Amino acid sequence: MTEEETMLADMARGYLDGAMPVSKLREMRDAGSTHNAATWKEMADMGWAGVLVPESAGGSGMGFAAANVIAHEMGKTLAVSPFLSSAVIAATALRQVSDARAQSALAKIASGEATYALAVDEGIKFNPESAQMDARGDGNGFRLNGKKQFVVDGVMADRLLVLARTSDGLTLFDIPADRAGIDREKSNMIDARDVARITFEDVEATGEDVLGAVDSAMDVLRPALQAGQAALAAEMAGLSAGAFAMTVEYLKERKQFGVEIGKFQALQHRAAHLWCEIEVTSSAILNAGRMLDENPENAELAVSLAKARATETAILAVQEGLQMHGGIGMTDAFDMGFYMKRARVSAEWLGDYSYHAEKVANMRGF
Amino acid sequence: MTLNPIDEFRAELRAWLNENCPEEMRDGLMSEEGICWGGKDWVFTSEAQKIWLGRCASKGYTVPTWPVEYGGAGLSREQEKVFGEEMALVNARSPLESFGIWMLGPALLHFGSHEQKLQYLPPVARGEVRWCQGYSEPGAGSDLANVQTHGADQGDHWLVNGQKIWTSYADKADWIFALVRTDRDAPKHKGISFLLMNMDDAGVETRPIKMISGISPFCETFFTDVKVPKEQIVGTENRGWDVAKYLLTHEREMISGGGAGLSGGGRALGAVINDTMDEMGATLRADAMRCEVDTLAIGLTLERYKDQSEAGQGAGDASAMLKYMGTELNKQRHELMMTAGGSDALEWDGPLGNRAGDWLRTKANSIEGGTSEVMLSIVSRRVLGLPG
Repeated sequence: MTEEETMLADMARGYLDGAMPVSKLREMRDAGSTHNAATWKEMADMGWAGVLVPESAGGSGMGFAAANVIAHEMGKTLAVSPFLSSAVIAATALRQVSDARAQSALAKIASGEATYALAVDEGIKFNPESAQMDARGDGNGFRLNGKKQFVVDGVMADRLLVLARTSDGLTLFDIPADRAGIDREKSNMIDARDVARITFEDVEATGEDVLGAVDSAMDVLRPALQAGQAALAAEMAGLSAGAFAMTVEYLKERKQFGVEIGKFQALQHRAAHLWCEIEVTSSAILNAGRMLDENPENAELAVSLAKARATETAILAVQEGLQMHGGIGMTDAFDMGFYMKRARVSAEWLGDYSYHAEKVANMRGF
Repeated sequence: MTLNPIDEFRAELRAWLNENCPEEMRDGLMSEEGICWGGKDWVFTSEAQKIWLGRCASKGYTVPTWPVEYGGAGLSREQEKVFGEEMALVNARSPLESFGIWMLGPALLHFGSHEQKLQYLPPVARGEVRWCQGYSEPGAGSDLANVQTHGADQGDHWLVNGQKIWTSYADKADWIFALVRTDRDAPKHKGISFLLMNMDDAGVETRPIKMISGISPFCETFFTDVKVPKEQIVGTENRGWDVAKYLLTHEREMISGGGAGLSGGGRALGAVINDTMDEMGATLRADAMRCEVDTLAIGLTLERYKDQSEAGQGAGDASAMLKYMGTELNKQRHELMMTAGGSDALEWDGPLGNRAGDWLRTKANSIEGGTSEVMLSIVSRRVLGLPG
């Protein structure tokens, strides 16, 4: 990491340790909602909501590598916020469009005034190109009919980015979440996050609501998905690091047979192997951030590599973490379960291991 | 148009390579047969190999990052990256490989005197002297500091007696750098010296060991009353373990790099899988996909640590991680290559060349230079701070 990135990480850590420790997530889960408008406003004030919004539009314009640094720190304590949905995915989509409306939308993201959710999935697996939701032309506009699921941040978001099929391809719509005909149902997620199933019934949209060009959703969506996948990978690497730190600490203090269990070579080697995996994954994530900043046209391989590695590493980190904690790791009173559940949800979001490994293989010629 | 210095370097290098790299040396070959090891008894496999070595040596390109006065080209890390890219672009073979480059060079550059550097390094860079490494002994494998080969102080020289094992290519080497116990009374790490010995000296004898791959790259080396002048020590007497440890870090990074198959090997797996896709089916492809993901990520990790080394933060204890991950991956890769090759891969020098031999050779990767288990213990103690 560069010196600037290290400073950003330290600053983020300082804030998140105070405002968003795992205990905060536990508190919000027990209270029934993980949405926290006050902390998002604070993050916006620190420039995080506008991390990808150009300074001309009121953002901090720090870039993709910086967004990854923030996401990584958030992952360590499982901080919940609309950062990925709004500040990374929606902002990147809006950046592909240069009209005045997009500029004003970006300004609202940067200030924390508007939050977004991305409505892409229709089946159980991520596969945007196969979206079937109907957006037939209706006079000068469109009528949206269909269902979306696994819409992260979808219950509380002010606006939705909706992928739907128009006459000659896919189109991305940017519409208010409370428009007539939209019905949002909260999914009861294992990780307690804000996720919605959304039904669209004769929802009216105009040309104004189209982000980018009609029938060309992927021009706008592809870079947004890549940015989201990279930042999610960074968040998962942070999650892995958080679970790992807890585990190593436990190995040093828990005693059995009269000694710290960290003295046992069987556990030492498992922990050391996990550290090696975390290190290798962090290289893939740094690389993805650099590629998105410096060579976005060719970032696809780097992004899929990062998400694939981060997924495998996070799953390993929570499994090893739980096993090495023994029985206490299975209790709800202990935090490891939170890491395990978030890892599983994040593994699925924006493409699982197979999805991204398949992309890597295709790009590598087999 | 004016170019910035790095682009200018690239342009000049590209022109030089186009002009000077012989056509026969543009096959990127890195197999055992294609390597030029140099040394006084070296027999070039072709005139092109000789010409290529000579031309590279004259520019310092056999050891691009070494200082110019010691035979290198004095390249920065940034230039070294460009050098690697441009060499790959013309698919050039490495002009010279040797333990002198990988191991002795880093040791002398760090611990040697100016006179030692001037004496020993330029001949290595020119491919005139071939070195081997005398570390392991029958009783000193993972417990390397237990070396028993003894150097008795005779005033102006040491009288060395003992035995080394796994001395790679000792039968073809001109010189050896070895760990020798020069103080039997000190704690085991504190009585070792790092000595340079001429393989032609009276009392040095080598015997090749036939390995499971059918070839004999490793030897046993015996020392009987070998006189080693006192000036042939690197670093301080009885402090050779410092040099050894430093070199092990280099060796681990080197083995891990080879392990990740980064010099074009990454493509090879995909091509191999494609060739036999119809017969292999989905399981092999899935395994290969996983291997490819890990290959790319480990390659990026090696680059990241090289970049850090340039900035003064060496890989240090993390070299254990690089070595462990790189070598375990390489073994896995070669298992996949064997599966993809089917029964064709099961013949010595069969339709797939030396694939079986290469596969068997990789089994040593996670043993030589410190076993995977030793690497994990290093990470556990030094990086994670778990109790010893």
